[in-house]
Amino acid sequence: MPNPLPENSVGIVSPRLVHFDEPLLLRSGKVLNSYDLMIETYGELNADKSNAILICHALSGDHHAAGYHSETDAKPGWWDHYIGPGKPIDTTLFHVVCLNNLGGCAGSTGPASINPETNTWYGPDFPVVTVRDWVQSQARLADFLGIEKWAAVIGGSLGGMQVMRWAISYPARLGHAIMLAAAPKLSAQNIAFNEVARQSITADPDFHHGRYLEHGTFPKKGLMLARMVGHITYLSDSAMRDKFGKASDALKSASLNLGRDLRAGKLSFGFDVDFQVESYLHYQGERFSETFDANTYLLMTKALDYFDPTVDYEGDLSKAFANSLCEFLLISFSTDWRFPPERSREIVTALLKARQQVTYLEVQADQGHDAFLLPVPRYEQALRSYLLRIHREVTGNAS
Amino acid sequence: MRPDLDIIQRWIEPGSRVLDLGCGEGNLLDYLKREKQVLDTGLEINADNIEHCLQKGVHVIEQDLDKGLSNFETASFDTVLLTQTLQAVQYPDIIIEEMLRVGRNGIVTFPNFGHWRSRFYLARKGRMPVSEFMPYEWYNTPNIHFCTVRDFDSFCRERKIDILERTVVDIRHRDNWMINLLPNLLGEIAIYHITRRGK
Repeated sequence: MPNPLPENSVGIVSPRLVHFDEPLLLRSGKVLNSYDLMIETYGELNADKSNAILICHALSGDHHAAGYHSETDAKPGWWDHYIGPGKPIDTTLFHVVCLNNLGGCAGSTGPASINPETNTWYGPDFPVVTVRDWVQSQARLADFLGIEKWAAVIGGSLGGMQVMRWAISYPARLGHAIMLAAAPKLSAQNIAFNEVARQSITADPDFHHGRYLEHGTFPKKGLMLARMVGHITYLSDSAMRDKFGKASDALKSASLNLGRDLRAGKLSFGFDVDFQVESYLHYQGERFSETFDANTYLLMTKALDYFDPTVDYEGDLSKAFANSLCEFLLISFSTDWRFPPERSREIVTALLKARQQVTYLEVQADQGHDAFLLPVPRYEQALRSYLLRIHREVTGNAS
Repeated sequence: MRPDLDIIQRWIEPGSRVLDLGCGEGNLLDYLKREKQVLDTGLEINADNIEHCLQKGVHVIEQDLDKGLSNFETASFDTVLLTQTLQAVQYPDIIIEEMLRVGRNGIVTFPNFGHWRSRFYLARKGRMPVSEFMPYEWYNTPNIHFCTVRDFDSFCRERKIDILERTVVDIRHRDNWMINLLPNLLGEIAIYHITRRGK
């Protein structure tokens, strides 16, 4: 944690565990009899409970979106750049709620939790959960917190899919649906990358059919590989050129370097790491494999693959939105090739066809899919302006 | 209020669905939302303009008019607006056809190039007119398709577009009997309310 703490940080925050005893019927037909959700909140809920915002996390996120858990924390929550006093999601105006989704590995019930029926880890027995199941559990969390209607539900990537599901399944319970770097459903290419990630995990000899906890081990190598391939899809070609193209010794001219910075300044003529990009991916994979659960990774990628909001609506996305009552904001990023702007425009077109009120921005950003997490001035300002408008609406203050 | 907005708002049904092509900072839609409770959508490509729309709460979609309106369903809006934008688009004929497909009626405003001052400038100097109202040089102007009131009248005739109403005003958006008598010579801004009846 930086010292002194920046004024626009939420500071030290404490997560809390909420227990649910009402059985949750999942989309697969299975039932979770009881479960816990780990949550974090920032900012005060106002008297009429109209200023609450739900943040839905993406594949590797969790409830810890902003601030620090202790003074020794090196890094803040995953969306700290956007959540805090005076930040676009302003915690002096809004009560922000974030949770670790079911099946996660940051405190909510998931594969690494103990199954009360067997008294051992769920592991591979944890039911496959879908976006719809997550949103159902989030609605129960809203009930528990006494929040009848969210001022906004916000999410990027897989989080955007949860936002879409909210707008379809609980139309009266949100005022605004905000989807960042979103897609209506995965393409074959998206699914293909997920399958490579899953294969890396399940092929690891330490995976033990998902029962690695019983064996006192974990598929570190597989999880590393999964994260490495995923990470490539989050960055853009231009972002990688910038990030790994700082030195001029690779090709004399930095502008033609293409991101080919060498790690040790010379080629090894062996099969170890030569380029900075390799070293970076190894580091990212390594760090991720130490904190994330492999079975959770499998579940999250399946939730992504399965998501299809049109499944109950004859494949027509506009029909899915026919009963939505909220307004919509979508923001896409120019170099995002995982969920490129065309994918957001598909949602916009469906919303227009459904006669919904939608705002759409296509932001120039070099950072690829990850842009929604990173400082991008135009996007920051747009989110700020839009949320200020929401705040005026819910508090009845004319501008 | 700007007098041209006053003229336009008279043609807008309260509570109707309005699409503004090239909505700029969203002033017109913001006004129509407040005064006529319209359901607003604006298309715009300029990032600064879009930011102003967000601040006003205007529903803006970042979209290039020159790439068409194929993402909009036929008859999905009551009125489609094209104010001071016609002369800046790549395919004015296609955009007019498209606005009458997407909307049940359309409102088009454009600077009248047939105004006597333009004619006089070109005739006297032999150069493309530059004025306070149209301050650009020929090489840097965003206005690439100029037309006159008479041109637009004949375009509507050829394309079987019905002119419901036509008002021609000066740069202060006033009209008078002189302008009404000689619209193509004295009018600086033309305001058309159009539809296609027999579709």
